Amino acid sequence: MPQRRDAAIVGIYEYPLRVAPGVSPLQIKAESAAKALEDAGLSWADVDAVYDTGGDQGIGGLGIAEYFGIKPRLIDTTYVGGSSFEFHANHARTMIAAGKCNVALLTYGSSAPSDRRAIGTAGATGVGPASPINNMEDPWGLTLIGNYAMVKTRHMFQYGTTDEQFAAISVATRRHAMRNPEAVKAMTDLEFVGVREITVQDVLESRLIAYPLRLLECCMVSDGGGAVIIASPDVTRNVRKKPVWIIGCGEATKYRENNGDITVSAGAQAAPIAFGEAGVSPAEIDVLMAYDSFSITVMCLIEDLGFCKKGEGGAYVGDAHLVFDDPRKPALNTDGGGLSSNHPGQRGIFLLLEATRQLRGESTSQVRDAKLAVAVGNGGQLGSRHATAVTILAVD
Amino acid sequence: MPAKRPQPRFPEPDTQPFWEATKRHELTYQTCDKCDAVVFYPRRHCTACGSGELTRRLSKGQGRVYTFSVIMQSRHPAFAELGPYAVAYVDLDEGFRMMTNILGVQDPTKDIHCGMRVKLRWEDQGEGEIALPTFEPA
Repeated sequence: MPQRRDAAIVGIYEYPLRVAPGVSPLQIKAESAAKALEDAGLSWADVDAVYDTGGDQGIGGLGIAEYFGIKPRLIDTTYVGGSSFEFHANHARTMIAAGKCNVALLTYGSSAPSDRRAIGTAGATGVGPASPINNMEDPWGLTLIGNYAMVKTRHMFQYGTTDEQFAAISVATRRHAMRNPEAVKAMTDLEFVGVREITVQDVLESRLIAYPLRLLECCMVSDGGGAVIIASPDVTRNVRKKPVWIIGCGEATKYRENNGDITVSAGAQAAPIAFGEAGVSPAEIDVLMAYDSFSITVMCLIEDLGFCKKGEGGAYVGDAHLVFDDPRKPALNTDGGGLSSNHPGQRGIFLLLEATRQLRGESTSQVRDAKLAVAVGNGGQLGSRHATAVTILAVD
Repeated sequence: MPAKRPQPRFPEPDTQPFWEATKRHELTYQTCDKCDAVVFYPRRHCTACGSGELTRRLSKGQGRVYTFSVIMQSRHPAFAELGPYAVAYVDLDEGFRMMTNILGVQDPTKDIHCGMRVKLRWEDQGEGEIALPTFEPA
């Protein structure tokens, strides 16, 4: 079956700073948009679709279109947390294929640490509008990190996965981060203790934040942002860089249910749709950009996307082949991931950015002859309710 | 006096009857009159078939720990000085899963296990206020 060539990523930009006081999310978005268009060789006036998580100003996507000064034919403000950007890429592909737009702009900007937001450990505030979820969860003091930690507890119980195996994810990711100057600067600026490669022992000796998750299994909280330009086949003929085609898309949501299995993410439902559409199998993937809010997120996504059987992720990642220069593929999070490069609250856009760099041959941890990449975003909170989107990318 | 935990807020018509019942130390859940599905958290419709005919039932408050985490660091004022505390999902014998705390253990990182039998323990929040359903080893 021929792979689809409906739409391609043609321009990217990653905002370089992880600590950017005095710059607003809107400014990060606009600067990133301009630089991504420049990367593509396109102009502001070419954009006819805006994808945004909404919320910066005004009503949803209205405020962002006005701020940019763009009059789009299409606005999509799907917001499902950190995976929103894979949803946006998938939707842009579909709408471009349907002829509804030609040049889609996806942007992200955040100033979480400069705003002194304690995302992972704040716990529920107990203020704001009442809802069933708030009323049935807030009083017991669960933090965001604790939410993911509950999934790790169950994974260890159900499959015998060990802390050492989870640690292998952090170790491989840090190795990639140390090769990425922007990640090194991020860790330095955010005052990491020891900006260096780490060992399994380092991870096991780092302090517990929410048992059984330790500090070095948790993503950083940084400023940051970026932009992605997705264009139709006609437009790709006139761009500066090699088009990175979106060849498969899948999406699903999952929430807590009576008798549900918390170790299975929505990725289990999204992946067969995406791989089926792409006509490729997990074994063929060169680069896996998996949302690493925490070690457990990666563990579940690796299993649920079919890189190994469910419950065998521990042995799979513990075999030390996640790094870019190992002949066994795929390589994992070659930019340093949320664990060691950047995580401004919603990391999804960075998965698309690094997957594109890999397929263009521009990564700081370049996988040789990379032809196929997967970006899999996981938004919301893994242990309660989340949305997973899989975007499969290819180059000719 | 320590800061209060986040409390359920009203009006919120789906969960208000659940919390009203806690004032009488009653842990309630719902079942569907049409398809017998167990519904939790509380809602006005059946999550399995959409029916609006549900019956509120009283739980015996016995079940098993499905999973848990021990929070070592929380910035919320009510929990910041508490020391490590366990948040869990407990599967009640009647077939519903709820978020809760596990109390009554020495070291929550060592003394709590998935599958462990637990029983209900009410934590009163004040005169005329809701009571918080928590669990302890059975």
